[in-house]
Amino acid sequence: MSTVEAEWPLYEVFVRGKRGLNHVHVGSLHAADDRMALLHARDVYTRRNEGVSIWVVRADAITASSPDEKDPMFAPSGDKVYRHPTFYDIPDNVPHM
Amino acid sequence: MNEHVHTSAEDEHDNAYAGLLVNDAHWAFGTDFEDPLAGVDTTIPDGIDAPTLATYALMLGDDSLVMSHRISEWTSNAPDLEDDIALSNIALDLLGQARLLLARAAKADESVVPVLPEGSPAPPEDALAYFREAHEFRNVRLAEVVNGDFAEATVRVLLFSVWRLAVWERLRTSRDHVLSAVAVKGVKELTYHRDYAARWFVTLAQGTEESRSRLVAALDALWPLWPELFDTHPVEAAAAASGVGVDPATVRDAAEAVLDQVLAAADVPRPDVARRSGVLGRTGRDGMHGEALSRMLADMQSVARAHPRGQW
Repeated sequence: MSTVEAEWPLYEVFVRGKRGLNHVHVGSLHAADDRMALLHARDVYTRRNEGVSIWVVRADAITASSPDEKDPMFAPSGDKVYRHPTFYDIPDNVPHM
Repeated sequence: MNEHVHTSAEDEHDNAYAGLLVNDAHWAFGTDFEDPLAGVDTTIPDGIDAPTLATYALMLGDDSLVMSHRISEWTSNAPDLEDDIALSNIALDLLGQARLLLARAAKADESVVPVLPEGSPAPPEDALAYFREAHEFRNVRLAEVVNGDFAEATVRVLLFSVWRLAVWERLRTSRDHVLSAVAVKGVKELTYHRDYAARWFVTLAQGTEESRSRLVAALDALWPLWPELFDTHPVEAAAAASGVGVDPATVRDAAEAVLDQVLAAADVPRPDVARRSGVLGRTGRDGMHGEALSRMLADMQSVARAHPRGQW
């Protein structure tokens, strides 16, 4: 017999739509184990025909950046406009740009 | 373009679903809410008479309807939000099956449909659901017994869907176009119900002493109604003989084999409990039900019966 815990673990849910190319985070839920998380995700997030593929992952398995380190993580890229491909002259006859 | 169709561009950054849905046309709308059998060939196949086909469809439809109502009673009462939604989904699947099957019964033989007061807008399938007495229902008794705890719901859905999936896999080749179409759709639904219930069965059995003892108690309580699922009623025999229906006795081995796999995975022995006998040999398929069904129908039918001309 396994140990008893007060709450089920939290899972994050990602769904890929019929025409979507990648999985999109849609929310989270609690489940007893990985497989039940998938079944619950099917019921909670795809019951209106939203998806053709589901990923679930335990929330505690995700390593996330913290709001405290927002400046050291992201501010340095703010003033580096030369990283954007915006310094080219595009001829008028090039479509879809 | 229809002004009610939302495109994803408007709210791309506010809505997690924006990346999933190009527009509302992707949602599961668009099914016909007027005539459930629209577009399906409802000709009665050779070799079966209309009353037999209608009664057979009622049997299948009443199984769905009564089971659906019992499971729907879990809505807002399940142990967790996630299971609340899962059980509600299962109930809705079954209700959809019931609607098609009761509509099929009514189309095959109008005389099975209760006569409603002049001016009632209720379609035939609603008349069958809300205006018949308990003894006119043909469902198996497993579907109607009063709900217990969550372990009981798990066992009930497991036994029901293991049996039903075995029957409906064969029903897919029915010579009746409606029944075969319902079975093709239903097999996918029942496969999910069985998976859900089987996983909970194993989880509860392998969980704590408390969860295991509750699961075993639920299995013992429902086991007496398991053999009834494989009895062959004369209507089922006639439907099977004409290639329209399935004799449940012929799927017993297949269903028992699946159930044994679940029991083995859960390390739960087959119960040693005798079957519940019928009354003078009559069981659910004959319209012989327990008090539980009468009480359930009183609850389920009261509003429709109080307002037979009501618009919903």
